[in-house]
Amino acid sequence: MSDLEAAVAAGVLGADEAHRSLLQATVEVARAIFGAKAASVFLLDEEAEELVFEAVAGEGEGELIGMRFPAGNGIAGWVLTTRQPLVVDDLTADTRWSRTQAESTGYVPKSMMSVPLLVEERALGVLQVLDRPPESRVRLREIDMLGLFANQAAIALDLLQRARRAREALAGEGRLAPLARVAARLEEGERDAAFELLRAFERVLAESRD
Amino acid sequence: MSAIELHEFEEEEEELPAWSLPAEAVDRIRVPVTLPEQVTRDWAWGGSTGAGVRVCILDSGIELDHPLVGRVDHSVAVVRDEEGELQVVEDEEGDLCGHGTACAGVVRALAPDVELTSVRVLGAGYTGGGEIMLRGLGWAIEQGFQIVNMSLSTTRTKYVERLHELADHAYFRRVLLVASAHNMPVESFPWRFASVISVGSHEEADPLTFYYNPSPPVEFFGRGLDLDVAWLDGGTLRCTGNSFATPHIAAICALVLGKHPALTPFQLKSVLYQTASNAQGGAV
Repeated sequence: MSDLEAAVAAGVLGADEAHRSLLQATVEVARAIFGAKAASVFLLDEEAEELVFEAVAGEGEGELIGMRFPAGNGIAGWVLTTRQPLVVDDLTADTRWSRTQAESTGYVPKSMMSVPLLVEERALGVLQVLDRPPESRVRLREIDMLGLFANQAAIALDLLQRARRAREALAGEGRLAPLARVAARLEEGERDAAFELLRAFERVLAESRD
Repeated sequence: MSAIELHEFEEEEEELPAWSLPAEAVDRIRVPVTLPEQVTRDWAWGGSTGAGVRVCILDSGIELDHPLVGRVDHSVAVVRDEEGELQVVEDEEGDLCGHGTACAGVVRALAPDVELTSVRVLGAGYTGGGEIMLRGLGWAIEQGFQIVNMSLSTTRTKYVERLHELADHAYFRRVLLVASAHNMPVESFPWRFASVISVGSHEEADPLTFYYNPSPPVEFFGRGLDLDVAWLDGGTLRCTGNSFATPHIAAICALVLGKHPALTPFQLKSVLYQTASNAQGGAV
């Protein structure tokens, strides 16, 4: 998909906020359904190899957004690379878990369900559900349900990333910024004429390639 | 009623022509083993300990001297050399994340006398990569292990064709691939191929309870919920997932091959079906 198509598809303005709300709603419902203390979504920043808090419901809500962790290790790292969900009922017994990392968030959980956020072949991040009620034993059905939430969160995260890329392309020094600036200056009638001109230009290009 | 004859080939037997069976060759595929009218668990693996069966754990390595795993006959790792080429080298690092040790422990518990070999294709940070997995699997097939446990899969479609070829190659070479289904509704491989035995989880506690699924792609369900599996530093960890159901089925296959070593993957899959807990022969 080209940047311009992405921009149009994402609706650009306001889409960022709407997609963030969708992500927030997903973690809130996940937390409520599992009766958990908290649920959160991490976005994988591939360049920095870090995981970033994108949405939090429950413990840490409103404080942790934007906080980063190394993506290569810990339970989230395992989930990302194996692309499989993981349920740990006693985190202290699991060598993959980092207590120090948990302490830095201000909340140290006892148990955790983690699931990768997959869109097509990409792993976009991780959804975690912390501390379900102690009496609720995990059954396979719950893992299936976690997978369904993960699908929804992955779609929201994908949309959010597309909207961000589109905005970057249209803003400041972005490749499509001049086009956006011209379009913004035109009156409504002129805009139609300008787009007609662009479509004609596109047809000329298409014909010249035939 | 006549019993069903089962064709089993001897290892040293002369190769048949590839695409046809001349009349004079028919005698050569007469079979030493006959399936009874009702294949039972007792017939399939009664008295077997998996002795003589070589099982390969394609995973994160196996911790040496783990009390729940015991002897590991050989450990190799797939690594990149200085030129960036993949090499299979002797592995002295054991298991850096615990997953492979867990799988080995499950196999050992059910089939105590199998020979175990570790092929490490997952690294310390769980980073494996499709190329490394393919190379490790290729090596395992060349070595002719009877069973390769693959509690891993890839979602990357660019590896699918080569992986599919390897899976078919294994099937014809009598190397049985027992592969974990993904725990989420996503497309991944090689478990979706018909030439492997694909495994999902059931919720029961008996390690020998397993089910045949008449609605594939997941063909069998093994024990995969709340298992105390072998983990790093000689310890255990409570785990859930298809990764751990898979070695249960691999171990059952090892028991069957310990008793009937000449079964082909096709025949073995039929025996598994007939002895599944939801089939007639599954009654203990």
